Amino acid sequence: MNFLLALIIGLLYGAGTYLILRRSLAKVLFGLIFLGHAANLLIFTIGRLTKGAPPFIPEGAETLVEPYADPLPQALILTAIVIGFGVQAFAIVLFKRTYQTVGTDDLDKMKSTDELK
Amino acid sequence: MNQLVIFPIILPLVFAVIMLFFWKKITVHRYINLAGSFVSLVVSIIILEAVISDGIISLQVGGWEAPFGISIVADLLSTVMVVITALIGFATALYSLGTMDEEREKYLYYPLLQLLLMGINGAFLTGDIFNLYVWFEVMLISSFVLLALGGRREQLEGAIKYVTLNLLSSAIFLAAVGILYGIAGTLNMADLARKIPFLEQKELLTVVSILFMVAFGVKAAIFPLFFWLPASYHTPPVAVSAIFAGLLTKVGVYALIRFFTTIFVHDTAFTHNLLLVSAALTMLTGVLGAAAQNDFRKILSFHIISQIGYMILGLALYSPLAIAGAIFYVIHHIIVKTNLFFVSGVVKKLKGSYSLKDIGGVYKYYPLLGLLFLIPALSLAGIPPLSGFWAKFVVIKAGLEIQEYFVVGIALLVGLLTLFSMTKIWNEVFWKDDPKGSENHLDESYKLISNYKKYMMITPIVFLALITIVIGLYAEPFFNFANDAANQLIDSSNYINSVLGMK
Repeated sequence: MNFLLALIIGLLYGAGTYLILRRSLAKVLFGLIFLGHAANLLIFTIGRLTKGAPPFIPEGAETLVEPYADPLPQALILTAIVIGFGVQAFAIVLFKRTYQTVGTDDLDKMKSTDELK
Repeated sequence: MNQLVIFPIILPLVFAVIMLFFWKKITVHRYINLAGSFVSLVVSIIILEAVISDGIISLQVGGWEAPFGISIVADLLSTVMVVITALIGFATALYSLGTMDEEREKYLYYPLLQLLLMGINGAFLTGDIFNLYVWFEVMLISSFVLLALGGRREQLEGAIKYVTLNLLSSAIFLAAVGILYGIAGTLNMADLARKIPFLEQKELLTVVSILFMVAFGVKAAIFPLFFWLPASYHTPPVAVSAIFAGLLTKVGVYALIRFFTTIFVHDTAFTHNLLLVSAALTMLTGVLGAAAQNDFRKILSFHIISQIGYMILGLALYSPLAIAGAIFYVIHHIIVKTNLFFVSGVVKKLKGSYSLKDIGGVYKYYPLLGLLFLIPALSLAGIPPLSGFWAKFVVIKAGLEIQEYFVVGIALLVGLLTLFSMTKIWNEVFWKDDPKGSENHLDESYKLISNYKKYMMITPIVFLALITIVIGLYAEPFFNFANDAANQLIDSSNYINSVLGMK
């Protein structure tokens, strides 16, 4: 399971990095989304995967017994997904609006703010 | 008393929500924003007094004990940053009354401003790394909207670059948070400061610290991660530019100072040397970039970068004096840089342009405005007795003590080049004859601006200029304060004890 997740994370990071280096706005957007997902999965995996052991204290006992799944990484990911969703929604609208205003989706043609006048 | 430290975060949220109830009633928005900024200023000063007299205040939110819950911690550095944020928030609230157009005011400019301040204050006050990520996002999403609000072509182009690079840095930040949790099992800053010296995977820890350095480096605009800044900061209305220029990059600098003094000091030979190289290149590339520009706000934008270099230099030298210098530099820089952007906005109103080629002759008709420009400009370049002189002096003195002569040389050279840039603006904007001739030297739209708006534009400039002069002439208490704050950062035991409740 660890190996499979590591593979997927690597794939997402690779694809994300490749996509944000492209000139097309839509591809950059997908790249950003991939990188966000990769980071979420990374937190999930690195917080140690424990199968079928929810962190509940059994009846009568006082403390948790190892092994149990750490709930914190999942709480972190949940927060990160919600934030990522909001930010990506904004980015999609911004990119679309930019495409409409500038009339191109080629990032190489959006240099007017960097030019010396 | 402990509850007080959460108010700088809650108050802006409350005021933003109240404003939403008065949909499109911009007069109400204006005054709620002004009143809200003033209340935040008063509250933050009360907190500062409490922290100076009683030491670090920490609050465990919801009663969940550290390190399990989220801690809000106000130490000297956090608190002074909150005070400065409130100060700049108040100055911008005044300045917005004079310059902001009704279209933007209708589309929730003021609530967004308050939410931006909430995110910034949250980032300064939190004692938990994941919570810091959340506050960064609150700050970023507000700044995205403020930057793109209005939807002109150059704004959108600038926003694309700003949004893309900041989202990338957030993704790196998040990955670093995950790996750090995997190694240390905690994300509470005080708990990390306590545990890191005993961890075994030092190499992996160094990798994580570099991930954090890159993530915060993008936000702080250090070399070679600053390219979003000159592409975007000159595009929104000047009030937005000014508050961004003053505060946003400094949140990144604050995070770097916090992380590389309290948490990651296990391998300073590597991490702090990397910061030192980056600081030198940041100073140099920033100031050289500015020399090539011919737009008032673009020159100022590049100078933000070069000044960030001095702050990072103070951090990288990593002696008590150097860090005190960095803190003093941050305080001085926020005020001066915001003020310079304010002045550029007034010149734009007078002459109708930011391009140095199209304007001139301001000194002839408005000599006092020239004076108001010279105070922050000379302070930025480090001319005594203004605040920038002391800031540069302390950082450079610390550099000489550690015998980093090469970097000190660069810092001095950059100071000279900064003066060159400021003289260039002075020559072009204030001294040179107006290229349009003296007949119609004022922009048409300027004649339509009411006297009330003019006062609102000038008041915050005078206010911030006075603070610059006071810090310059009466530097000792400010420096002593920065020194105390630096000692608190280097000896993290007080911080740890306050948060984790140990005696």
